[in-house]
Amino acid sequence: MKVGSNLEKVLTSGYFAATGELGPPKSADPGVIRHKASLLKGYVDAVNITDNQTAIVRMSSISVGIMLLQLGLEPTIQMTCRDRNRLAIQSDLLGAAAHGVKNLLCLTGDHQRFGNHPTARGVYDLDSIQLIHMVKTMRDEKKFACGEEMDVEPRFFIGAAENPFADPFDYRPYRLAKKIAAGADFIQTQLIYNVPKFKEFMKRVCDLGLHEKCYILAGVGPIKSVGMARYMQTSVPGMDVPEEIVARLKGVPKDQVRKEGIKQCADIISEIREIPGVAGVHVMAIEWEEAVPEILELAGLLPRPKV
Amino acid sequence: MIKAQQKPIAEIKALIAPYHRILILGCGTCVTISFAGGEKEVGLLASSLRIASAMEGQDKIFAEATVQRQCEWEFIDAVAEQIQQADAVLSLACGIGVQALAERYPDKVVLPGVNTTFLGMAVEHGVLVERCRACGDCILGLTGGVCPIARCAKNLLNGPCGGSQNGKCEVNPELDCAWQLIYDRLARLGQLDRLAALMPYKDWSKDYDGGPRKIVREDLRL
Repeated sequence: MKVGSNLEKVLTSGYFAATGELGPPKSADPGVIRHKASLLKGYVDAVNITDNQTAIVRMSSISVGIMLLQLGLEPTIQMTCRDRNRLAIQSDLLGAAAHGVKNLLCLTGDHQRFGNHPTARGVYDLDSIQLIHMVKTMRDEKKFACGEEMDVEPRFFIGAAENPFADPFDYRPYRLAKKIAAGADFIQTQLIYNVPKFKEFMKRVCDLGLHEKCYILAGVGPIKSVGMARYMQTSVPGMDVPEEIVARLKGVPKDQVRKEGIKQCADIISEIREIPGVAGVHVMAIEWEEAVPEILELAGLLPRPKV
Repeated sequence: MIKAQQKPIAEIKALIAPYHRILILGCGTCVTISFAGGEKEVGLLASSLRIASAMEGQDKIFAEATVQRQCEWEFIDAVAEQIQQADAVLSLACGIGVQALAERYPDKVVLPGVNTTFLGMAVEHGVLVERCRACGDCILGLTGGVCPIARCAKNLLNGPCGGSQNGKCEVNPELDCAWQLIYDRLARLGQLDRLAALMPYKDWSKDYDGGPRKIVREDLRL
């Protein structure tokens, strides 16, 4: 056990993990956090809190993480390389650890061009793999990026993302290996709708033995409408949404689409559970947190284990 | 070479508005190659500005000149007299040329007529692309001769981000993903194993984060 977070305990105990996601508000309203937390509490092993997701300014991931701790949920804070240099990242992580945050997802971050401040300067002092390496060095060697030592190190269960559907496809498993070598303890993947392609990716991952070095959580998420499915299919970089996913939602009456989206998500989880090497699912129900308990119930993942 | 683009005419007109006698000064090197500030562009811009001035009932006087290189004193001094006669110099050189003029002629107003854009090349006639960011610590030997600092939108050093699709960059689908190019090149060279090594934190102090840079070659000083 590296840090003893609930998520780490669930995974090391061999349970199939289920994590959720909470998008902070574009405001200083703590009520939104309390509401969303109440929808997820008890249904997931840990809750990711996005860090200015899609480069749109929102309440900070770490501050929301602290609120979740106070509310009795386990946070997984996210940290991108887009907005902070190595000084700011290390400083923020010391603070997060001091507040009791134990899970951290390391990301490069969506490019600022896609957000609401497209003329901002992107930092990218480090990339996500260097960030993982830096956090591991802080934790395991008690050293800052510059090599200086610290008395009390921040202890994080280190997460990383991977998109099995981005190119070059042949390189993706090796990139994952690089993240694990840099220090990733767990992986949360991009949203998966193309299960056969993900299966192929996981086969390559298992052939490299990566599933034994790291816990791989598959990203899933319900689709609310046919329009959203179409949008993800055509306009979101790095997303792979097969036609049958859209067709299934189109095949039901309009007032049934949300329900079908939830069922579809649960079905994808059931399929993914059968794939060797997958240690859990990460449910991303963007601005639809109330769907999460139903999805997990349908997928047979409730109640969550007490570890 | 240094690539530049002429500023919008409205911006140029606003810059020169307070002045009567204006010297439009081109440069015969990089900006000539990138069709932004050579002798031809000086002539075209002067004509446009003369017409605009006449139509707006002004009587501005535009002189034209182009020097071989605006970034070297001796070439600038070749047009010293024309510079002295002007109220302002509208330079069509890159930012280096503009500053060389300002430094050489401390009492003269110097205005930029182009935006200095990047270090790059023409991949076809009329299509200019960025190739170097002058980061001060070249890693092309590790990346198959393709620069991820200049050509990856996030200057990633350890492989492509999740937005690389069909060989294109998510930030601008008209541009190739630098890491796809690096992957393809290393595959061709039989050097894919290089991608397994963790590329360390970059020393940005050699880039502009270390402050303005200066090279002193003692062996060449007089």
